[in-house]
Amino acid sequence: MADFSSQAQDTKIYFDNAATSWPKPPQMIEAMAEFSRQAGANPGRAGHRMAIDSARIVYETREAIAGLFHCADPLRVIFTSNVTEAINLGLFGLLKAGDHVITTSMEHNAVMRPLRYLQAQGVDLSIAPCSREGYLDPCDVRREIRKNTRMIVMTHASNVSGTLMPAAEIGRIAHENDLLLMVDAAQSAGVVPIDMQKDQIDLLAFTGHKSLYGPMGTGGLVIGERVDLANFKPLKMGGTGSNSENEIQPAFLPDKFESGTLNVIGLAGLLASLRWIYQNGIDQIRAHEESLTRAFLEGARSIENLRLYGPSDAAVKTSVIPFTLDGKDNGQIGEWLDERYGIFCRVGLHCAPAAARTMEVFPEGTIRFSLGYFNQLSEIDYALEALRTLSER
Amino acid sequence: MEEFAVVLVESTSQAMRLENLLHMDGIQSKLIPVPRFLSSSCGNCLRIDLSSIEAVKKVIEKHHFANASVEIVQM
Repeated sequence: MADFSSQAQDTKIYFDNAATSWPKPPQMIEAMAEFSRQAGANPGRAGHRMAIDSARIVYETREAIAGLFHCADPLRVIFTSNVTEAINLGLFGLLKAGDHVITTSMEHNAVMRPLRYLQAQGVDLSIAPCSREGYLDPCDVRREIRKNTRMIVMTHASNVSGTLMPAAEIGRIAHENDLLLMVDAAQSAGVVPIDMQKDQIDLLAFTGHKSLYGPMGTGGLVIGERVDLANFKPLKMGGTGSNSENEIQPAFLPDKFESGTLNVIGLAGLLASLRWIYQNGIDQIRAHEESLTRAFLEGARSIENLRLYGPSDAAVKTSVIPFTLDGKDNGQIGEWLDERYGIFCRVGLHCAPAAARTMEVFPEGTIRFSLGYFNQLSEIDYALEALRTLSER
Repeated sequence: MEEFAVVLVESTSQAMRLENLLHMDGIQSKLIPVPRFLSSSCGNCLRIDLSSIEAVKKVIEKHHFANASVEIVQM
């Protein structure tokens, strides 16, 4: 085993981009260093130039996010520490006992756990079933609508199977029935085009550190025009730098939902990453990831003991690829991939037990390769060879 | 004595949004601290020329800045 270890020391093949993307664009790293060196003041808390420079970084990040998701007003972009906080804000802020909410059987715990908590507090919950590949039939959502249904909340792309969800069709159903649609775009923002207006998404929760290639600790909730702000409770209250003479939380956006100092150094990094995405183009990023995914899926089919899960067509999924090797322990394979081949991936349930049950891989879970824009075809070939060897052991 | 106008808004974010919208319409503005004798919920405001007041008011209305106001300043 020692010789394999030494061989893997020099190799670093990162296939865990669904957890967080790596590497990051050099522009992101430089922007964060530059912020520490040159700006670094508290935005919106003073009128001096350093504070203004800092506030401008935050504002430009709002504009970049609003532009990416087709939201007309950048002030409707609320920054949070991650997508989980954004989802919690949407759910706890808008749902109350007696309301009914519909979700899918492919959700991450970032959606499921707050929903289960709310269910215990008197919110009615329906879970629309998905197929073994993770597909959602919009009719199964429509069927669940009741008189007291308030919201549909669902992932845009599963973090376990990579399956893309029919957001536009669900958006149409939501609007026909006067419901809100909240979409968890943790796995899709930056790699799949998202148009809140066209797709009729009312609340879009995103994270900065995955396919937006920004730093950890950044994320947000984009609030559409149909959301009733007067009946939308903040998760936290406090200083906003505005309305300081008043002890009542401001009602205007984004201040209503953004108390306390923001992660401005993180947003400076996210802004640089967003500009990098604009520069490369979502279509090009998607095309590259799709071609890598297709190459892996094709190669994997020729490995006798390898079992693939989720959609078999790279065009209808993200670059998340779950699989198992017959007769082998997932954890053991993950360890060998790391130690012997320098391949870093994730093994297990991926914080989504509902999805694992739907895919019939509970409780063992899967080995998950999740590819990114910086991965190369040669790395796919290398990984396939490694898996071929391991499957024959 | 100098005379100009300022637009008071609710937050620095709103000031920056308005600044960009004005810029897109070719209207010059500058983000400055709110003059002390004016009361505002936000520490910053936008300085504009007296000649652009009407055009600025139209932008404010079009983009629904709920509590924005234009004040004349002499200093």
